[in-house]
Amino acid sequence: MADARISLEQVLHVAKLARLTLSEQEAREMQEQLDAILRYMEGLDTLDVSEVPPTFHSIPMLAPLRPDVPARCSDRSEILAQAPDSQWGGFAVPLVLEVE
Amino acid sequence: MTAYEPVIGLEVHAQMRSRTKLFCGCPTDYGAPPNEQTCPVCLALPGALPVPNRAAIELAVQAGLALECEIASYSVFARKNYFYPDLPKGYQISQFELPLNVKGHLDIEVDGETKRIGITRIHVEEDAAKNIHGVGDTAVTVVDFNRGGTPLIEIVSEPDLRSADEAEAYLRKLRDILMFIGVNDGNLEEGSFRCDANVSIRPVGQAELGTRTELKNINSFRFVKKAIEHEIARQEGVVQSGGTIVQETRTWSEAQGKTISMRGKEEAHDYRYFPDPDLPPVVIDDTRIEALRAAMPELPAAKRARWQRELGLTEYDAGVLSSHPKVAAYFEEAARSFAERCTKSGAEAGKKVGNFVQAEVLRHVTTDGLEALFPVAATAIAELLAAVEDGTINGKIAKTVFATMVETGRAPQAIIEEQGLAQVTDTSAIEEAVRRVIESNPSQVAQYKAGKASLIGYFVGQVMKVTQGAANPKVVNETLRRLLDES
Repeated sequence: MADARISLEQVLHVAKLARLTLSEQEAREMQEQLDAILRYMEGLDTLDVSEVPPTFHSIPMLAPLRPDVPARCSDRSEILAQAPDSQWGGFAVPLVLEVE
Repeated sequence: MTAYEPVIGLEVHAQMRSRTKLFCGCPTDYGAPPNEQTCPVCLALPGALPVPNRAAIELAVQAGLALECEIASYSVFARKNYFYPDLPKGYQISQFELPLNVKGHLDIEVDGETKRIGITRIHVEEDAAKNIHGVGDTAVTVVDFNRGGTPLIEIVSEPDLRSADEAEAYLRKLRDILMFIGVNDGNLEEGSFRCDANVSIRPVGQAELGTRTELKNINSFRFVKKAIEHEIARQEGVVQSGGTIVQETRTWSEAQGKTISMRGKEEAHDYRYFPDPDLPPVVIDDTRIEALRAAMPELPAAKRARWQRELGLTEYDAGVLSSHPKVAAYFEEAARSFAERCTKSGAEAGKKVGNFVQAEVLRHVTTDGLEALFPVAATAIAELLAAVEDGTINGKIAKTVFATMVETGRAPQAIIEEQGLAQVTDTSAIEEAVRRVIESNPSQVAQYKAGKASLIGYFVGQVMKVTQGAANPKVVNETLRRLLDES
């Protein structure tokens, strides 16, 4: 794709950040689809949006705030039972190496 | 040789003292068994939705007000995307483009000079979970989500700091303020106040900033200072030997006495922030902001200035007595109670109570975060000092009574009566003692009469000895002078 709005390198970079392993075939498919989305968004370029405030949320509503009152927590044995491995009351995951 | 100037900016993560987490009702108490304070929201189970905690947002506004920030009436939560086992959603809910507080500042004093340090922003975000290594199998990391979702503020300074001392002064003052307004418990050891430092150097006079390194995970003020000092020296060494600084994350190793690179955390910081679709914008109106400002406790600097003005304290004394919010409150209560009992002015009461609290009480005080344990009630100190003021006991006996109060927890009056410590103001009893001292020290009396006036101190000491320290020193002095003149 010569004049693609997103390069194959960018697609692979985003895939890596998302921990996705894409075959070359899949990466090219993604590039095509993302390219179509970006081209569609270019439609905005034909409009004057200088007076339009940025949209931070799709619905014009404000966050309802919650009172600071403790609620009941989940049962630990129940939640840990859903994990592949648990030890010492915690979720056990492959060792995360940290310097020190 | 080129002279270099260090440039330092600090990022502080402070846990806010709300009862519950930022987006769910799980408690934030420290020290619960692992994963006992979790729910579908903070474990990121599918379908769970976050709802912001009003108290957390309002505490963050108060932090912004205390640091002279502009408070955004409209702020937005954003997703910061990265993968790590302590982050169950695969993103942290933070703020990016529209943080709650911007453009504040903090004035610090270093070597008698005041310097204003800019604060770029203070935003609200959720804390990550805790990874525990070395329990269970050696091949696993155990994740405890109790801390995950705890509300934090991240306070980002401008790169205005020029030395490790300035950085330390900034951190101490910042912690002090957050503790006094009750936003944070100031506990570095438990990780509720954490600091990262961005450090770079540049030739003196150059405007452009050098490449910086980020120092992370340093959990004491002393180590922050050492880490920054070391990092400045390390960077100068690299540059002077013709090398270049690599942008990287480093940490302080106390064991090795130097900063070390944290390889493995070097993955590109490509967080792909975007507004969180689960969370509509947060709006706080001016009326509410003003109400929060009005409800805010007195800031430590204002308190010290007022104490110097109204309670007659020196700058040093005011600093010592306001070293902790509970100590400050204790001193104020004792001073107020003393002033009421003795109908004294604030300045008289402040000075007397302040001296006694510093000299006697403080060494018995233990603090833990925002909590403090005092040996006796503040009003008991007022009662004790009132007994000195009305002449019932003297200052020396007061220390003995205080020791007994600490030991037994009993009231000063009861101890004074029970142990017969009330000082002798009865003139005839004192006269009797003075006569005995004069009779048994004829040579000193002769010397005194020959003009050695300084011997009066010796006589006072002898009388106090005879009366076992219980005589009123003023009456002793007067009686001595009178009887010596007569003899």
